[in-house]
Amino acid sequence: MTSINVRVDGMSYSDDVEPRTLLVHYLRETLGKVGTVVGCDTSNCGACTVHLDGESVKSCTVFAVQADGCEVTTIEGVSSSDGTDGALHPVQKAFHEMHGLQCGFCTPGMIMASIDLLKENPSPSETEIREGIEGNLCRCTGYQNIVRAVQQAAGEMSGSPAGADTLGAQA
Amino acid sequence: MIPAPFAYARPTTVDEALQAIAEGGEDVKILAGGQSLIPVMRLRLAAPETVVDLSKVSELRGVREDGDSLVIGAMTTHADVVRDPLIQQYAPLIAEATETVADRQVRHRGTFGGALAHADPAGDLPAVALALDAEFVIAGQNGRRTVPAADFFVDYLTTALEEGELLVEIRVPKLTGQWGMRYEKFNRVAQAWSIVAVAAAVRREDGHIAEARIGLTNMGPTPLRARATEAALAGAAATPEAIAEAARSAAEGTSPSSDLNAQADYREHLVQVLTRRAVSAAAGL
Repeated sequence: MTSINVRVDGMSYSDDVEPRTLLVHYLRETLGKVGTVVGCDTSNCGACTVHLDGESVKSCTVFAVQADGCEVTTIEGVSSSDGTDGALHPVQKAFHEMHGLQCGFCTPGMIMASIDLLKENPSPSETEIREGIEGNLCRCTGYQNIVRAVQQAAGEMSGSPAGADTLGAQA
Repeated sequence: MIPAPFAYARPTTVDEALQAIAEGGEDVKILAGGQSLIPVMRLRLAAPETVVDLSKVSELRGVREDGDSLVIGAMTTHADVVRDPLIQQYAPLIAEATETVADRQVRHRGTFGGALAHADPAGDLPAVALALDAEFVIAGQNGRRTVPAADFFVDYLTTALEEGELLVEIRVPKLTGQWGMRYEKFNRVAQAWSIVAVAAAVRREDGHIAEARIGLTNMGPTPLRARATEAALAGAAATPEAIAEAARSAAEGTSPSSDLNAQADYREHLVQVLTRRAVSAAAGL
């Protein structure tokens, strides 16, 4: 066992973990952060995306021991990190309003990847959004509304919200 | 899919890492960003006795200048390589190719040295390192040695790294003069490996091509140089016709494989097309 100290969604944790424990399993099984899901388990689908020291990573392809000394943000931590307790993060809100999901399994990863993209590129073009979230797969193939949700969130976060009508959400 | 158990070492310096590797037993794996190693361990295609994690060896991260060379620490992540101002200035080909590697999440974790030491023939960075005549600085118990890129890539997933050794940094000569560069990659879908890709650096002089360096991705078990095309381009006019003619020999000396993505003869065709495009763009046409 190896001891690790991590901050997850603003809380500090010290745990002894087996070195082979993947970060996603540590989050789900040790900390109960089941908002982060395991999709493909082969680094392809991105459903398990979290932020490690502010950068998006696939938590099924990181050992928990590698997160020692790091700050982890999961889908469960994005709303309060926005400063207004309980309020949805603008990207969560946009996915809700634009119906950026069908079965919803890819959604936590899609939202974490989108937040990471918008941090680096606050007003991405449609192509930049599609390329920016290429590490995330939606097996319902619901990409149109996912892209529209990211566009709406980008608008809202930069202070010029685009309405659902102009973006043409399809519910 | 959980990896088999392993002993774990978390050194903080290169010397400690070498020590941990030496003491790790028969089967030691070095963990850089883990974006190739962890999937392989999860599938239990690899079940090392010991994993030496370089996460905390900070001296292996970052890009610096040393005279006529850029020195890239082996643990510098792809994301850091892409946004590094020195790389943008002196070796934009590396940034251009690195931006096409996998996806954002993988680029946040994967490292420059890890990708080169893994030496996947479909990986993008080996051909770039070969085209730029990079040198590999390798640390071992008896000190450091430097291996040119042409000798570093030995075979499929095999490099000149010996047991007990560690790749610490990659030295890339700064290109001076009027160099243009381009990485042309062909694949079918997002985050896919290259079916074929071509890295080209071209120096122009008075309307002519003075020198061209061309690295090929996935045209054999190791990255290759398109030597025949390079020879045909040296001193050639910088015209579409001359470049197209020279690119016809791009597959000479290659031995591409056939797999579910492409047959060998298709790769031989593709490499000519991509070489023409890459050299044309690098020559400013």
